[in-house]
Amino acid sequence: MTMAPEEIPGKGTFERGVHPAGRKSYAADTPIEVLPTPDKVEVPLLQHTGKPAESVVKPRQEVALGELVGKASGFISASVHATVDGTTQAVSVATLPNARHVQTIPIKSGEQPLAGDALKQDHFGGDWPSSGLEQHDVQRIRDAAADAGIVGLGGAAFPTHVKLSPGEAKIDTLLVNGCECEPYLTSDYRLMLEFPAPVVTGALLAARACGADRIVVAIEDNKPRAADAVRRAAEGTGIEVVEVETRYPMGGERQLTVAVLDREVPTGGLPMHVGVVVLNVSTAAAVARAVLRGKPLTHRVVSVTGRGLKRPANVLAPVGASYASLIEHCGGLTDDAARVVAGGPMMGFAVGDTEAPLTKGIGGVTVLTRDDVRTAEETQCVRCGRCVDVCPLHLVPTKMALAARNKDWEQARRYYLTACCECGCCAYVCPAAIPLVQLMRAGKAEMPPE
Amino acid sequence: MAEAEAKKTESQSRPALEVAPGPHVHHGALTTRRMMLDVIIALAPVLLVSVAVFRLYALKQIVLCVACCVAAEAVFDLMRHRRPKIDNLSAVVTGLILALSLPGTAPWYVAVVGSAAGIGLGKVVFGGLGHNIFNPAMVGRAFVMICFASAMGATAYQDETSAVHAVTQATPLTQLEQTGETTELWRLFVGNTNGSLGETSALACLLGGLYLLIRRSAAWQIPAGVLLATGALAVVQNAMNPGADWTAAHHLLGGALLFGAFYIATDPVSSPLTPMGRFIFGLGIGALVMLLRVFGGYPEGVMFAVLLMNSVTPLINRWTIPRPVGGPVERKT
Repeated sequence: MTMAPEEIPGKGTFERGVHPAGRKSYAADTPIEVLPTPDKVEVPLLQHTGKPAESVVKPRQEVALGELVGKASGFISASVHATVDGTTQAVSVATLPNARHVQTIPIKSGEQPLAGDALKQDHFGGDWPSSGLEQHDVQRIRDAAADAGIVGLGGAAFPTHVKLSPGEAKIDTLLVNGCECEPYLTSDYRLMLEFPAPVVTGALLAARACGADRIVVAIEDNKPRAADAVRRAAEGTGIEVVEVETRYPMGGERQLTVAVLDREVPTGGLPMHVGVVVLNVSTAAAVARAVLRGKPLTHRVVSVTGRGLKRPANVLAPVGASYASLIEHCGGLTDDAARVVAGGPMMGFAVGDTEAPLTKGIGGVTVLTRDDVRTAEETQCVRCGRCVDVCPLHLVPTKMALAARNKDWEQARRYYLTACCECGCCAYVCPAAIPLVQLMRAGKAEMPPE
Repeated sequence: MAEAEAKKTESQSRPALEVAPGPHVHHGALTTRRMMLDVIIALAPVLLVSVAVFRLYALKQIVLCVACCVAAEAVFDLMRHRRPKIDNLSAVVTGLILALSLPGTAPWYVAVVGSAAGIGLGKVVFGGLGHNIFNPAMVGRAFVMICFASAMGATAYQDETSAVHAVTQATPLTQLEQTGETTELWRLFVGNTNGSLGETSALACLLGGLYLLIRRSAAWQIPAGVLLATGALAVVQNAMNPGADWTAAHHLLGGALLFGAFYIATDPVSSPLTPMGRFIFGLGIGALVMLLRVFGGYPEGVMFAVLLMNSVTPLINRWTIPRPVGGPVERKT
């Protein structure tokens, strides 16, 4: 049942989309635990949309947890910080699961003054005021987000201070995204359930920074306990908490803006063009921590989950920790583990090298078994139109994908290839097992500018 | 030494990880084969009624067409040095639909030539399943209709000497055209009339059609468009000829209309992709059926209507590109 209250203009849902099995139960009931500090982390200088950060440390330099190691190089860029206490090593290169080769600053861990439960308390515990926030200057909130290197923690990793500085655009609503529509992932869910207070405080601060009068927290209706927790924490603040239908990809900002506000983000545009800023719940909590406590974004909650793991869990892990260290903490892989995915199974990237470092935008590590990933052999498209029936942007995936495969860019443009949000609904349903979204993703990268 | 050994076994015991682009999970239950199987299941009531009404006439035609279509598919695949893909059941579906669109009285070579032409000219020459422009079964039927006009014409349906009652009569639409006599609605509904094997029973077509729509193996917009256009034009025609016994209800229940609307027009390969396109496609078929019935030389027009609309499917696809959420991308001209 969707409970769209009368007050929100949207219907609490969007047209089309798919209903993949949720599979949240692997880690949904495991409280957030803290990853034992790994021997070494590798902090990538580029883990966000935009320009890479520039290293500001030398090799063999002592750094403390939270110390700036890479400085943002422009407006659309984000700073990175040391995520452990330790000694830097020479700049290295890592291949992230999304196949980007990025420079990293490896840090060898030393003595950790802050670890274990104290680290979790430092992150989310203590008092989070929900009133008296007017004392924080608007520009100071934006600067704090920028200095803390905060990026969108829902997956796209877009620098948050950019969203909080809408410039000419008039923002009326801040949408706080607690949908977590990817199957398996439970990191946002655990955060909302265990620590709703920093989410609420962060939302109030972010709304102040972008000039929004209205704050709506949207949570899928398969997480009623999280919605209750946030609702209680938000009492008296004017924040509205709405439950939206559980339908993939509800967490996509285009879908969420339609579902909650009945506003369509223009193709090629941003939510700010229709007066909306969309912020993930974990991002909101990071904003609160940056503004009120001056702490940079060094750790994030990751759900390490799936049937391919011996002990699925939600882990507060330092950015730059290897996927291997997360898997090891969760009991290791089962014998039938087949694929380690950075992110959820719909939009995540398969990890080729488990020594690769965790980045800020990754909310989960999903380990799938051979049974989970079994796929059929690709056959000819019979134009059944199932992909059209599920595309949340009302595109015609089969035409776009086959045009991309044939490099027929005229046809690809006629069917709006660039509008595709790569959610993967089309490939998920295709009866002929055609890798539709994969072809479109490649086509978008390959298509020459008009 | 022991340590190195331990490390080695550890790395060997670790499962091999694979890399592939996402999405990493699939709906699974839905395959092309399953969609074809749905069509076969949906055809069950039609097959049962045809065997009940036409006895051995029906059985002979069905077995012959299915066997020939599957054999033709296998032979043509082998000629193109490809692994025969008869396991996707699409040749079985073509064979069933071709058989059910033929008169039971048609001699054996009609079924054989129709099957070979349907698979060969209808599908393989375009590059096989998924590439064909026209509905293969209808290509096969059109081919034999031209080659063996006397075996396929209106009078060929009737054999007064037959032991099977239905075959001794003229088909309802022929009867109407030649004598102006109207068949009772309930007979059109139940199906104990003469006609092509699968078209006589409206009830069977509706039952099977309903299953296809529930399973979503056929798009509802197509039969909706066909029935709407045929019904609306039939009402207009009735209004222009007051007192006619062949009413709009007769037009909807009689002839191959329901069989065509649910089983032939809904072939995904040769119909449009988008909901709006499918509706337009259905409307076009319905309108053409009425035009051909009222003004055409043949008593029935479903086959030609489907083939004609198949030929404009690429155009309909191009005209009905949906508006993306958020509006179309601005294009530099």
